[in-house]
Amino acid sequence: MTYADPSDLVRGGEVHRDLFVDQKLFDQEMSNLFANCWVYVGHESQVPKRGDYYATTIGSQPVIMVRQKDGTVKVIYNRCPHRGVQLVNEGHGSVGPMFRCPYHAWTFNTDGSLFGVPVKDGYKESGFSESCASHGIEGVATHVYRQFVFARLAREGIGFEEFFGESLTTIDNMVDRSPEGRLEVAGAPLRYMHYCNWKMLVDNQTDTFHPMIAHESSAGTVRKIWEESGAQGPKPMVVEVVLPFTAKHEFYVEMGIRTWPNGHGHTGTKYSIHSDYTLPKEYTDAMEAAYGAERAEAILQEARHNTVYFPNMTMKGAIQTLRLFKPLGPDRTLVESWVFRLAGAPDELLERSALYNRLINSPTSIVGHDDLEMYERAQQGLKVSATPWVNYQREFHPGERYDSTQLWSGQSEVQMRNQYDAWVKFMKPAVSGEEVQA
Amino acid sequence: MTVTKQDLVDFVYAEARMLDERRFEEWLTLFAEDGIYWMPLHHDEPNPKLVTTLFHEDLLLLKTRVLRLMGERTFSQQPASRCHHLLQAPMVDRFDPDAGEFSTWASFLYTETRADEKLFYTGWVMHDLVLIGGELRIKQKKVQLIDCDAPHRNLQLFM
Repeated sequence: MTYADPSDLVRGGEVHRDLFVDQKLFDQEMSNLFANCWVYVGHESQVPKRGDYYATTIGSQPVIMVRQKDGTVKVIYNRCPHRGVQLVNEGHGSVGPMFRCPYHAWTFNTDGSLFGVPVKDGYKESGFSESCASHGIEGVATHVYRQFVFARLAREGIGFEEFFGESLTTIDNMVDRSPEGRLEVAGAPLRYMHYCNWKMLVDNQTDTFHPMIAHESSAGTVRKIWEESGAQGPKPMVVEVVLPFTAKHEFYVEMGIRTWPNGHGHTGTKYSIHSDYTLPKEYTDAMEAAYGAERAEAILQEARHNTVYFPNMTMKGAIQTLRLFKPLGPDRTLVESWVFRLAGAPDELLERSALYNRLINSPTSIVGHDDLEMYERAQQGLKVSATPWVNYQREFHPGERYDSTQLWSGQSEVQMRNQYDAWVKFMKPAVSGEEVQA
Repeated sequence: MTVTKQDLVDFVYAEARMLDERRFEEWLTLFAEDGIYWMPLHHDEPNPKLVTTLFHEDLLLLKTRVLRLMGERTFSQQPASRCHHLLQAPMVDRFDPDAGEFSTWASFLYTETRADEKLFYTGWVMHDLVLIGGELRIKQKKVQLIDCDAPHRNLQLFM
């Protein structure tokens, strides 16, 4: 089932409103786009021991990330091949040596292969060995990069290295910020329900024209209170974190943008709102001991703002947060915001990451309230059929290309255009697409 | 001031009423200078500084929220939210007049509305109160939601 040629819906810095409101197009995103791309699933530290699992979704598809006997991590579908029962509920747990379906006690090795069916005689002349169920639980192409687990649902398609290319340097920077080169998920994620299309959230990550406007009420108020108090002495952590949101246009223009092929990109090539955080001496000493002074300084100076890992994950290496925009419908998105602990770093850094997550990404966040209001007003406004195109032409030049790493001015909407270029590319039918239909 | 158990109960009710009536600036005066408003993201949340929480706010942040609610360009408050607290009779868990330290526990239903959207929350509220200059003040108000880890919509006022 194909809605239209996706390339008809993206043109010269404009994107058709159907990308945000149309159910058929959303279904096509689930069956094609989310199958063709390498999508973030979870972090290895969530499944430390053999049999530990984390159940989640890739697009509309329920999957399980599970630690194998040999120590590797594999992603399989969360569906008993018998009658379809989910083998585990969403979230964390351990299955021990094997999965056991709670309905009829079929058992599966942690790689998904069928271990046993009770009273097998009942299938003696049934042709079971030719059945779909006899294959066990379907697996998914899995790739782990420095503890970050990605999966591609399509049986064939772009390779992991080709898909991400140089964009992996953001993950590198986040991991390198640990003196031990290792991260751990710290606590549960924030879960924040948005009544808007998932792509609006991705767009907003590199939208550097909105902070001083949409966040005037939140960050502007922090600035006001800080200035009225005399702005003396060291800034409280809260002030240090929120104040940069009020920076003027020039700050964001100079900050720069880098785009990579396949829809990935980031803001903050030269510096960012995360550049001026105070770092405890205990931490910089540990970094120097681990990497040498020069390399440690280079790691800590790379303070990228938001990195978009197309299609639906964003990362802040400098503050160890990761956000996942889980599409539930054309006008429904579940936002998960995770925090990581840098192994070998003092608690003060984790404290700032946790504080940042709460202040900026939480359903209780005043910054979040500003943003969600804009997304949901846009979701309503895009019902207007008389104006079918959404505009992304800030600093657009016809003929612009996204097939190599490039640097741009920091307030260009180029990264959003890069995403829609990739959107067209990966909306082509997925191999074995009918098996991953929404 | 000699504090009675009834004074503690009255304090908790009066605080909830203040919030229902949007007397937010007055509400801020109920907090001790180092007072904290805490809403965990986890059940049995360990150190709230080392995991993400829904709220773990000092007076600076609470004051920011209250000021923002009144702002001209606070678009998420156009129209403004309304809230309603329904409290079970608070129980006094700690009553130590000599130390000037008291704790209460109450079960609640909370409703927050904005335009046509109505949100319901259920949980328990625990007040740690202290005597400062003869007045009861909030040292910590902890709001434990029954579904703290669920996907939430905007929560813009105070439980």
